[in-house]
Amino acid sequence: MRFVDEYRDPAAARVAVRRITELADGGRGGLPYAFMEVCGGHTHTIYRHGIEQLLPETVELVHGPGCPVCVIPMGRVDDAIALAERPGVVFTSFGDMMRVPGSAGSLLEAKARGADVRMVYSPLDALKIAEATPDMQVVFFAVGFETTAPSTAVTLLRARERGIRNFSVFSNHVTIVPPLKAILESPDLRLDGFLGPGHVSTVIGNRPYDFVARRYGKPLVTTGFEPLDILQAIVMLLEQFAEGRCEVENQYTRVVRDEGNPIALAMLQQVFRLRPHFEWRGLGFIAQSALALSEDFADWDAERRFDLPGVRVADPKACQCGEVLKGAIKPWECKVFGTACTPETPIGTCMVSSEGACAAYYTFGRLHRTAAGLAAASS
Amino acid sequence: MSATVHPPVPEGRQELVLERIEAFRRRRPRLTDEVVTLAHGAGGKASAALIDAVFLEAFRNEALEQLGDGALLPLPSGDQLAFATDSYVVRPHRFPGGSIGSLAVHGTVNDLAMCGARPSWLSAAFVIEEGFPVAELAALAADMAAAAAAAGVTVVTGDTKVVDTGAADGVFITTAGVGLVPAGRRLAADRVRPGDVVLVSGTLGDHGVAVLLARGDLDLEADVTSDTAPLAGLVEVLLAAAPGTRWLRDPTRGGVGTVCNELAAQAGVAVVLQESALPVRRPVGGACDLLGIDPLYVANEGKFVAVVPAEEAGAALTALRAHPLGADAAVIGRIAGEPERIVLLETSFGGSRIVDMLVGDPLPRIC
Repeated sequence: MRFVDEYRDPAAARVAVRRITELADGGRGGLPYAFMEVCGGHTHTIYRHGIEQLLPETVELVHGPGCPVCVIPMGRVDDAIALAERPGVVFTSFGDMMRVPGSAGSLLEAKARGADVRMVYSPLDALKIAEATPDMQVVFFAVGFETTAPSTAVTLLRARERGIRNFSVFSNHVTIVPPLKAILESPDLRLDGFLGPGHVSTVIGNRPYDFVARRYGKPLVTTGFEPLDILQAIVMLLEQFAEGRCEVENQYTRVVRDEGNPIALAMLQQVFRLRPHFEWRGLGFIAQSALALSEDFADWDAERRFDLPGVRVADPKACQCGEVLKGAIKPWECKVFGTACTPETPIGTCMVSSEGACAAYYTFGRLHRTAAGLAAASS
Repeated sequence: MSATVHPPVPEGRQELVLERIEAFRRRRPRLTDEVVTLAHGAGGKASAALIDAVFLEAFRNEALEQLGDGALLPLPSGDQLAFATDSYVVRPHRFPGGSIGSLAVHGTVNDLAMCGARPSWLSAAFVIEEGFPVAELAALAADMAAAAAAAGVTVVTGDTKVVDTGAADGVFITTAGVGLVPAGRRLAADRVRPGDVVLVSGTLGDHGVAVLLARGDLDLEADVTSDTAPLAGLVEVLLAAAPGTRWLRDPTRGGVGTVCNELAAQAGVAVVLQESALPVRRPVGGACDLLGIDPLYVANEGKFVAVVPAEEAGAALTALRAHPLGADAAVIGRIAGEPERIVLLETSFGGSRIVDMLVGDPLPRIC
């Protein structure tokens, strides 16, 4: 992993932070610049490297809806559990999906009750299990944005090629542009710009974001996942303000092309179709925001192969995740934050994953200033 | 959409919410689950809650309430008897650097060593699944014998049970051990003071990553060997060089991040770690990066974390590094008074973050 070191150089970080401090001086009309990092991977980098403590008070990062695990609504988790608890089913899932609560517990709890739930690192591993256990029905719980959808597509193409019939996919893949639009459309929006998702953009490219600047007048900089990537993207956003520009830019040029990855896009086209609408935890129903399997792959579609409860479970009333996701309120302003809703017993999407805005604030909120002080004193 | 609306911020409410969370965090975690899940065995908050609600509740006594790696029991001679037990269920049974057999000896010997004891005797109990090959069992027993000889302990009693196919995963081993703590030796969290130095006896995460890779379901290959080793000898080296050593712990399940949290909570101090000082082998760091796991939470089976007075840190480090098991020993942080009960990591990048207790098993992130 030697190649990543140059993106974690503290000297370069200090230079970038100095530049950010200069550019953001005075904030925006007296308030801090509020930039949303759309992707959960960015949130993880920000916490892991302590980036928030490095930033001046004039720049604030708002954690967006790009944690694919957090946005799956309770009803879909319930469906997943119902599938997992069917006799003869091996239910496979990415690890961090297993703790997400439905209306009656999580997949981890279903596993504890005896369901055959197995953690996999790739849908291809699930397909391997299907080949190895031909008398079992192996279902893969597909979640994630355009980042993980191509690997599901490859797996389905291979399943068809090899005629593996005891394999199916419960698709919960979502797309990035519609929720971004939903956030931009909200009347209580409180954001000045966006850090665009790096991994998603390697697939879809940078062009689909053009509307963010053109129609909504907000700059967006697609960025990578190393800490210096994040700082550089913030510099690029602030430079746009300083120079009176509002554009979609690409900081992650070493990976992201404007046109994306045409091979992956073609595969998605072949394997998936857009759902008319899909429910997002905290954001509600968003039109054309998720992927179901196409007619060609109907035989591998778990939603058609099995009867699913398909019951819609409303987000808890008191939960204000939607507002937190849009940056309209801070986590601590939510009515249930820290009382009914905690990392051990999460109610809303933002508390579910450790990189959700509320979970992060719950763990780190009080200590931001103390931590910053300590770090300053010791350097 | 250029007009942004900023809702009014209720005065004082943020402080109030944060105070409430802080009060909640100070409480021992509470058991709310109806069934046991794997999270209860992962060494984090869920484990603590289960132990509190079920075992402490049932067995409550002074020795147990210390919740140390082993119990310390006073003897008429003035010495103390250290007594520890541990069960081993690792899969696969063999991994680069060791086996469930060698691990079953090292783990219990190390629990004793962390109490400051010189380990002497072990018991070994086997739960064996019907159908398990005798040759494999004999090989594991040979591993145990070799590990015991190297650690200077004798297996003096044992038990064998066989269960139906499916009722166990090949073989489970439970060992218990006893050893003597010389009079006057006391290692405890309450001796830790601000200004003390935190040491680790070698690289982090080797065991956890070696086992993860040996399971073979990752399709990842890297040259990683488990660090499983008996530590009693190295502990004696440390205590000779740094007689003021305050506290020792072997960061097994839950890793260095978890034991530092236990220390911070028990001693009411801050543990401030430096990311750039954490010794992590490249293949281990690379595998962790790929899987989205933090090496701070990955298990070790041949390392200890020690807190020593600042003035003895240099001597401790020199002595540890002269020993084959301590060649990569390093100072990884210090004890501070504030913020109480918190483990803070100063990142190599120049920021800082809090290293919290894990809620359950560290689950790999998907993106």
